[in-house]
Amino acid sequence: MSGFPILSLMLAVPAIAAIACAFAGDRAARLIALGATLATFVLGCILWANYDIGGAQWQFTERADLFGRFQWALGIDGMALMLIMLSVFLMPLCILASWDAVKNRVGLYMAMFLVMETIIIGVFSAQDLLLFYIFFEAGLIPMYFIIGIWGGANRIYAAFKFFLYTLLGSVLMLIAMIAMIAEAGTTDIPTLLSYDFPPAMQTWLWLAFFASLAVKMPMWPVHTWLPDAHVQAPTAGSMILAGVLLKLGSYGFLRFMMPMFPDASAQLMWIVFALSMIAVVYTSLVALVQSDMKKLIAYSSVAHMAIVTAGLFAFNQQGIEGALIIMLSHGVVSAALFFCVGVIYDRLHTREIDRYGGLAVNMPAYALFFLLFTMASIGLPGTSGFVGEFLSLLGIYEASSWVAFVCTTGIILGAAYMLYLYRRVVFGELIKDDVKAMPDLTVREWTIMVPLAAVALWMGVYPESFLAPMRGDVTTVVARLAPAKPAGDAHLAIGKAKPAQAHGETAKGAQQAGGVQ
Amino acid sequence: MTADLMLIWPELILTIGGLVTLMLGTFAGDRQVGLYQVSALLTLAAAAAAVVALFGVETTVFSGTLSVDGFGGFAKLLIYAASFVCIIIAPRFFGGGMRAEYPTLILFAALGMGIMASSRDLMTLYVGLELNSLAAYVLASFMRTDERSSEAGLKYFVLGALASGMLLYGISLLYGFTGTTDFAGIATVLGGELNIGLIFGIVFVLAGLGFKISAVPFHMWTPDVYEGAPTPVTTFFATAPKVAAMALMTRVVIDAMGPAVGAWQQIVIFLSLASIILGAVGAIGQKNIKRLLAYSSINNVGFMLVGLAAGTPQGVEGVLTYLLVYMLTTLGAFLVVLQLRDADGNQVESIPALAGLSQRRPGLAAAMAVFLFSLAGIPPLFGFWPKYLVFEAAVNANLLPLAVAGIVASVIGAFYYIAIIKTMYFDDKSDTEIPAGGGAIVEDAVITASALWLSVIGYLFIPLLAVLSASAAAVLF
Repeated sequence: MSGFPILSLMLAVPAIAAIACAFAGDRAARLIALGATLATFVLGCILWANYDIGGAQWQFTERADLFGRFQWALGIDGMALMLIMLSVFLMPLCILASWDAVKNRVGLYMAMFLVMETIIIGVFSAQDLLLFYIFFEAGLIPMYFIIGIWGGANRIYAAFKFFLYTLLGSVLMLIAMIAMIAEAGTTDIPTLLSYDFPPAMQTWLWLAFFASLAVKMPMWPVHTWLPDAHVQAPTAGSMILAGVLLKLGSYGFLRFMMPMFPDASAQLMWIVFALSMIAVVYTSLVALVQSDMKKLIAYSSVAHMAIVTAGLFAFNQQGIEGALIIMLSHGVVSAALFFCVGVIYDRLHTREIDRYGGLAVNMPAYALFFLLFTMASIGLPGTSGFVGEFLSLLGIYEASSWVAFVCTTGIILGAAYMLYLYRRVVFGELIKDDVKAMPDLTVREWTIMVPLAAVALWMGVYPESFLAPMRGDVTTVVARLAPAKPAGDAHLAIGKAKPAQAHGETAKGAQQAGGVQ
Repeated sequence: MTADLMLIWPELILTIGGLVTLMLGTFAGDRQVGLYQVSALLTLAAAAAAVVALFGVETTVFSGTLSVDGFGGFAKLLIYAASFVCIIIAPRFFGGGMRAEYPTLILFAALGMGIMASSRDLMTLYVGLELNSLAAYVLASFMRTDERSSEAGLKYFVLGALASGMLLYGISLLYGFTGTTDFAGIATVLGGELNIGLIFGIVFVLAGLGFKISAVPFHMWTPDVYEGAPTPVTTFFATAPKVAAMALMTRVVIDAMGPAVGAWQQIVIFLSLASIILGAVGAIGQKNIKRLLAYSSINNVGFMLVGLAAGTPQGVEGVLTYLLVYMLTTLGAFLVVLQLRDADGNQVESIPALAGLSQRRPGLAAAMAVFLFSLAGIPPLFGFWPKYLVFEAAVNANLLPLAVAGIVASVIGAFYYIAIIKTMYFDDKSDTEIPAGGGAIVEDAVITASALWLSVIGYLFIPLLAVLSASAAAVLF
């Protein structure tokens, strides 16, 4: 496997398919897009299968000096691997989700999704700072088209807001990157990761990166583009936006800000904690009063992402691992929830919660899946949400019990708004005639629901599959942060483990212990 | 003398070729479009070949008034290439109104611009500039029966004369206080104590040149002239003279005023930020695509000036790369505008009429989207790269506030670029039909080639561009 440029291949397959789609007819475009995303998914599985857990930090590295000033340098670590897996897993489902829903300009639509996939894989695998920035920014263009052409009534406003908001954040990061390149004299990310920037400079660089990543994240108070973008985007657009694009911000935190500017991260962690605490409580409360299903889920995304940021800045193994699991879990679950909304939107063409009710009677299979994803979003044990939230809150508690306290209320509020949503949509009397006429899931919808549900449960029951590749990388980040890490307020003392006893020696051991006393 | 003449082959070829084209037009008549077109194009090709042949030569001719070097060569190649395209596209636009004066005037303008780009004396500078300007005034009013075209020509002439006056006043002050018109001589004097006369001279010269590159606050003529002039002429104005004036400004600032950094840098920084911001804000309300591209050119000049403000070799490299990429993008964008004709064959210039273009002419709309995203500097399009270079130069020259202000203002600019893309892609079809067809193969080929190059392919040329622009920039330091 070594030496084969599998990452370049994973970038090339959707890119070439995108060009083909742009010129193909409607039906052909759908088939090409599905085929290409499935092929990329298979490549992703090969990537995962060949990833050597505990091996070198950067694997599948490729390097070609194509651009003079910077390089075509690709390579992944465990965190990038998992996020790439998430993206290639969601992509075929997105294509399937828009199989019938998108009727005009299908070729362009599929091309945009495939371009999006190329860009996302590129962001997660870039090993060169400028290459990363190019991929990072390029994501604006397909998303602008997806929201603007195939979105809802207010799509143009949403597309502009999305584009300009995120662009404004990103350009400041570009200036910071220029300063970093000038200081360190290289664009190579692994080298920059171990470069010690002067602390005074770190603060400015951190703030510039924060300006960009907080918008992408999105963190309160710069989250306002997200509900608009989600509500107006087509179903698959929301799936990919919530599933993958929101992870770019937290990936940037973990890949750049924390290991590259450890001192500034420690110095300014209060900003992150404060904004996260406000976001958890505020956006959860806002979610509670929404009458639009997509808006509700969008606000819940902001709340979940706030727990991610707090978990990351806990600076310890549990916090960061938990944050990563929330990222993966939220990727699957929020995409699934948006799809659940899409399923009934396709039937009734409204996202008003009040227009529904009693779906459990005529759409039992749908109600079952919706319940599963609702529970996963709340964080019920056995689902993916629980693992991530528990781990990250544990980590946050070590850093600051107050932050943990406030963030935990988010879980309670989360249960409130999700269950309230579920009750209004699925339970109650089935009295509306048009709702009565809605058929249950089609085969295509089953095909999308089942893999999402399976992964949500897998991640909840055996998270080790997902944690194992990332553990070493998290340890590296934690070690990098260790010198700057402030003391937590938990004052945890490591308990003294008793020596293990062999079977049958219990009584004897107890006697001996007693004897010593 | 003869040795000097051997070194200005490009200029000689253009002079002779221009006269030959003029004769052909006079004796064969304006109907023989093919004849004088070919003559003009061959002249430009030969001049470009002469520039290439002279590459590597670095010397001055005619008592140091004109320099033959890589910097001038780089600029001349861009100028000739832009002029070449502008001659090719003309006959289809003018139809029966095509006259031999058009290619002739472009050739003489190109000659003047070549002299601008390689002058190293205030006198040759002025002669080159005026040769270019006089040709340009006539070109602007080339459709003499068209009211807008005549108005554009007149406006350009009056304001251009004013700018020339300012420039001459500045030149006279510099000459009076330094005792020389030679760039190197001026630099020597400026290296010492600056007096009020010298500072006034610098300000007036920069103001005059600022007019030529249409930097704010000397930009007022640009939207009107761009809108009024015939589209091929606008294409020409937006490309070749921009390159020439920018090259000239770079040479004056670095070569002649180099030692007086404190005096010119703040002026350039002001011109730069004012152009970026006003170019972006002014474009927002525009309904005419040519006016909008005029504001876009003002905006882009601002970004080039960011590189110039750095005053370092890196900054000049950034400016040169920017000029190349900007020229290609602008050529492409104007060629797209040229293709926009309604069912009666009239030019469509209003932006609302572009609504739904992506459904009628998907290829054309896609190319336009590439050009606009590239002008906005959104990666992965290649327009990002020169912007990166100029900002990198500014950061490395400790001009961080300029870089931050400039890049934040670039977001305002992005607004109107994506607004046109919105019109083309998101809006429903407008009533104006824009039928496909009739497009010359050459135009389509240029549009396709530049759109492809400006998409990701351009990045593969970075090493080559870096070598070219570095060797050209090294001449000035």
